[in-house]
Amino acid sequence: VSAVITPAPGASQLAPRPRSRARRVKNVIAAGAISLTFLIAMVPLVFLVIYVIQRGSAVISSSFLNDDLPFVDRLPGGGMKPAIVGTLLITGAAALMAIPLGVLGGIYLNEYGGKNPLARLIRFLAEVMTGVPSIVMGLFIYTLVVLNTKERTGFAGALALACLMLPIVIRTTDQMLSLVPSELREGSYALGSRRARTIRTVVLPNAAAGIVSGALLAVARAAGETAPLLFTIGVVRETNTSLFHGQNTALSVQIFANATSPFVPAQDRAWGAALTLIVIVFVVTILARLVTAFFSRRQTA
Amino acid sequence: MAAIAPPRENETPPPAARGLGTGERPPGVIADHIFRWLALASGLLVLAILALIAYTTTKNAWPWFKAEGLGIFDDNWDPAKGQFGAGAMIYGTFLVGVIALIIAVPISVGIALFVTEIAPRRLRKPIIYSVDLLAAIPSVVYGLWALIVLTGPLADIYSSVSSATSGIPLIGDLTAEPSPTGLSFMTAGIIVAIMIVPIITSITREVFATTPQPLKEAAFGVGATRWEMIRGSVFPHSRGGLVSAVMIGLGRAIGETIAVALLIGSSQHISAHIFGPGDTLASIIANQFGEATGEQRAALIGMGVVLFVLTIGVGILARGVVARYDRKSGATL
Repeated sequence: VSAVITPAPGASQLAPRPRSRARRVKNVIAAGAISLTFLIAMVPLVFLVIYVIQRGSAVISSSFLNDDLPFVDRLPGGGMKPAIVGTLLITGAAALMAIPLGVLGGIYLNEYGGKNPLARLIRFLAEVMTGVPSIVMGLFIYTLVVLNTKERTGFAGALALACLMLPIVIRTTDQMLSLVPSELREGSYALGSRRARTIRTVVLPNAAAGIVSGALLAVARAAGETAPLLFTIGVVRETNTSLFHGQNTALSVQIFANATSPFVPAQDRAWGAALTLIVIVFVVTILARLVTAFFSRRQTA
Repeated sequence: MAAIAPPRENETPPPAARGLGTGERPPGVIADHIFRWLALASGLLVLAILALIAYTTTKNAWPWFKAEGLGIFDDNWDPAKGQFGAGAMIYGTFLVGVIALIIAVPISVGIALFVTEIAPRRLRKPIIYSVDLLAAIPSVVYGLWALIVLTGPLADIYSSVSSATSGIPLIGDLTAEPSPTGLSFMTAGIIVAIMIVPIITSITREVFATTPQPLKEAAFGVGATRWEMIRGSVFPHSRGGLVSAVMIGLGRAIGETIAVALLIGSSQHISAHIFGPGDTLASIIANQFGEATGEQRAALIGMGVVLFVLTIGVGILARGVVARYDRKSGATL
């Protein structure tokens, strides 16, 4: 630590007067306090992850991963398969909707709109839209879709998650495309390519790694969301692989439902579901980091 | 811009020249147009979704707005008596937000300084990644963990703090009547603080990183210690960015739903007792919407509208601060 708080080389010779003890002590205290904040933030992360792994791994078994939800939640037994399938299905469907539209939106902002008033407005609203609470997205899809179709389905949940992901993907794409040097585009135009072709064959491949990584982070965030699914997907005891017919369920919703239960078997199921969900989210997050790392190594090579 | 591209040898003239009798459109023109319109339509989707959110939720909440008028701000929530004032929830939303900010802002600013000014360069990436992991943990898992692991010890702490401070004016009021279960404004605020640390940290980190190097070297040049340099060069330069980081953190905090729904204790009254139970706009929607019918359902959707307006307002304000600050200093966020 002492190396860390010594002043920049040369500074001490230029100092107009020797530093007082009080100022040096203050500096050490400040540096210590600043370093401490990082440790404080890591304490809950470490404790939470260890605790979830401990409680969750005691519950997870092949029957936990393969069985239907139990009939009676205060008795042991039963599994989480419907929720695991639901989470993967709903998040996957949301990604299939939000990523292509988001990338197209980002292409409009950077390649066509640029700095024109409409593009600036959309850019601003996309930023504001990332701040819209997920529960509001849930209410939105409830009022727009569930009230009209009179049915709660996995697809309604996927729509709500897609609304959360869309602005994130748009912003990432916009930022990543703006990093592509304009010389590449001009070179492509000079060879006679039209704009759509230039974007498809020159601009997008150059920004692909950044866009994929940003999109994966959005998927990871969506997979952990509970609030948008509460009123949109309903609940089901058996695995439902259909997005459009019948109700569905998800890991996050099962955790929420079981967390407040006074019965230990139900709480155990919540911990098992929590560990499963964290594994899914972390795998996607790490995948995103790997894409970035692979890309930056290729760039520097 | 497509017009800039020189036509290929085998290309026919552009459509405008078709009247001259040459024939078909050049290849790629139609695809070009379709692609352009697709891109524009996807961009406009953001506008459409935001407008639709405002329209459908307000429409379904209209019975509540119409029946209550300004009564929506009353502190009288009691569905059994047909009273649907959201005052207590609006108050609770801000109280949890303020508690979360008081905890999260110093920690986030500290981490951002640690990353930009103190930690060795090769440790920066790992530090940033581990702080970002805090954001990767789902809200409901935070809620579950805090509910089962933290609420017990916190309840003990609350009751001892409460008895130690009882009788002190003002502070004694804040800490009075601690919740025996540990479910309270404070517990919700602590967990929300953990969840907003990553976003505030990443914004402040970017703001601090824009401090010009000469400004820092000048401080060292006149003999400043590192801490004096931070106070004299980094903080004044970053003031606008810090304000907007705090606002964006507040926006996230007031929208946080599931963890708060599990931890706040569901009590719909305005109360100064931060160790006692309360409710927020988001948490009451999550907890009561399932069983609600009629005006209660309209009221809960209406609280979603209030929440939507609040978060949009806070978000626009935050960006406004950045825009003003950008123009003044020429720095970019």
